[in-house]
Amino acid sequence: MSTPLLQIDQVRKQFGGVAALNGVSLTIAPGHVHGLIGPNGAGKTTFFNVMTGLYTADSGRFMLDGQTYAPTAVHKVAQAGIARTFQNIRLFNSMTVLENVMVGRHVRTRNGVWAALSRHRRAREEERETEAVARHLLDYVGIGQWADSRADALSYGHQRRLEIARALATEPRLLALDEPAAGMNATEKQQLRGLLEKIRDDGRTVLLIEHDVKLVMGVCDRISVLDYGTLIAEGSPQDVRRHPAVIKAYLGGAAHV
Amino acid sequence: MNLSTTLTLPRAKARLGALLFALAIVLAPWLLGHAGGNAWVRTLDFALLYLMLALGLNIVVGYAGLLDMGFIAFYAVGAYLTALLASPHLTSQFAVLAAWFPQGLHVSVWLIVPLAALLAAGFGLLLGAPTLRLRGDYLAIVTLGFGEIIRIFMRNLDRPLNITNGPKGIASVDPVSLFGVNLARTQDLFGLRVPSVYLYYYLFAALALVIVFVCVRLEHSRIGRAWVAVREDEQAASAMGLDTKRLKLLAFAMGAAFGGVSGAMFASFQGFVSPESFSLNESIVVLAMVVLGGMGHIPGVILGCLLLAALPELLRASLGPLQQSLFGQVLVDPEIIRQLIYGLALILAMLYRPAGLWPASRGSQ
Repeated sequence: MSTPLLQIDQVRKQFGGVAALNGVSLTIAPGHVHGLIGPNGAGKTTFFNVMTGLYTADSGRFMLDGQTYAPTAVHKVAQAGIARTFQNIRLFNSMTVLENVMVGRHVRTRNGVWAALSRHRRAREEERETEAVARHLLDYVGIGQWADSRADALSYGHQRRLEIARALATEPRLLALDEPAAGMNATEKQQLRGLLEKIRDDGRTVLLIEHDVKLVMGVCDRISVLDYGTLIAEGSPQDVRRHPAVIKAYLGGAAHV
Repeated sequence: MNLSTTLTLPRAKARLGALLFALAIVLAPWLLGHAGGNAWVRTLDFALLYLMLALGLNIVVGYAGLLDMGFIAFYAVGAYLTALLASPHLTSQFAVLAAWFPQGLHVSVWLIVPLAALLAAGFGLLLGAPTLRLRGDYLAIVTLGFGEIIRIFMRNLDRPLNITNGPKGIASVDPVSLFGVNLARTQDLFGLRVPSVYLYYYLFAALALVIVFVCVRLEHSRIGRAWVAVREDEQAASAMGLDTKRLKLLAFAMGAAFGGVSGAMFASFQGFVSPESFSLNESIVVLAMVVLGGMGHIPGVILGCLLLAALPELLRASLGPLQQSLFGQVLVDPEIIRQLIYGLALILAMLYRPAGLWPASRGSQ
């Protein structure tokens, strides 16, 4: 097997007396869609926040693309190459759809104050390229015709797509989606699935935290299952579906299947 | 349909608009001076000083969303820097300086403006650095305190070494002199008698235009977008890799620099600075200009400035005669009614136009 894209070892995170993460390890192969599931309160979101630098881990090792990274500040993690979306959509509401994606280009562009004032040739080129990439990404996720609307004027499903486009604009090595299907109706979920498959087929690596089991089983190459802050199972969707510990965690009681 | 006419028509219109705008700026003091005398042109000069301040504050509050209630501190920094570098005060207090500068300290305006911008930007960083984690109300309280600290420093820095001359203030600040033209005197230029307030008007208008240019360019740039992103959702912005701390510091420094320039101009124009010019009330007036006009929207900020700078003067001039003609005598002191109407106007604006009189319109709904 080639070097994993993301390798996280033995992450611990304690909130007071509660061990939210009790030595969780996760390895994601390049080009995979990796699912992270678990019942409510299992520690999925805590893990996600630790991985992206929002919380500081008590201990653990973090490797992205063969290099260690320290998730100490959110913006540094994004610069290192992990882009995320939020469970409750967080867009820049008063900006246009296009501008939202252009903000995503910020980490991969360089124009500073002097470039803004003088608009010299290179600055103009970079600005043009930023806009072109942003428009391309909007078309890619299928909301190109709303480029000039305000972000908060979009429908819920389209706002989710915009969030994904904005994350893709940072040229992430890993795209991390926190419950993207939350609050979506059946049609929107179907469309989201289509988009995720397209993103996977283009060779991107995705970490998907999701409640919707049908979506996870359908899209993911591998799945990790968390419960009470520990990893209880990992494997292909078929394996995980039949794993006794998983069934126990989800249905409760002893596993009689 | 003729394609070329449809393409050139809007451009011709824009060109005509720009021409009329330029004409209005050039003629404004003459029209106003003709109608109401030099006092009104002086009001206009102050409106432009306020405009520079408000445009600076607009970067901090409007773009980056950092509520700064002590912005007048940077105005004070610029003004006191000018007063110290271009008045007899320092040389009269310190014999060493008097020996070095036998003609007195008279630093040129060409040096004072960049120095004021730099020093104020430094103070902006000084305020910004410890407050990076604060938002909204908490930031407002700390910045309010900062503004007061600067004022109180100026008030008390006359002992043991007399640096600011305390509450008495510093007088005889050099007027601006450009290319040998002293702006404090009426000049005969191109066969026209141009009073001092007109000359200052043109200087301030030019500076304000430069600041407007800088603001517009910044607004439509990578930096401007990043500021708005930080304002809209700081957490999402940092998840996109934006270094929100650096961006906030940059906003504080840039805004403060404009405040410093405005303060330097104020000191030269007035010829006198004292701590009383930099009270909390002034900070609130500048903030009101930005909020009333439309936060983050330059035309709105300009409108807010002109309204709030002119309104008190208009009311002062009209309320007395109005009562005289209605009741045959002045029943209530015009000053009291003026404050009342001023406050009422702000309350009504916040009730019915919470986004400002001329808010930014980004994108279609």
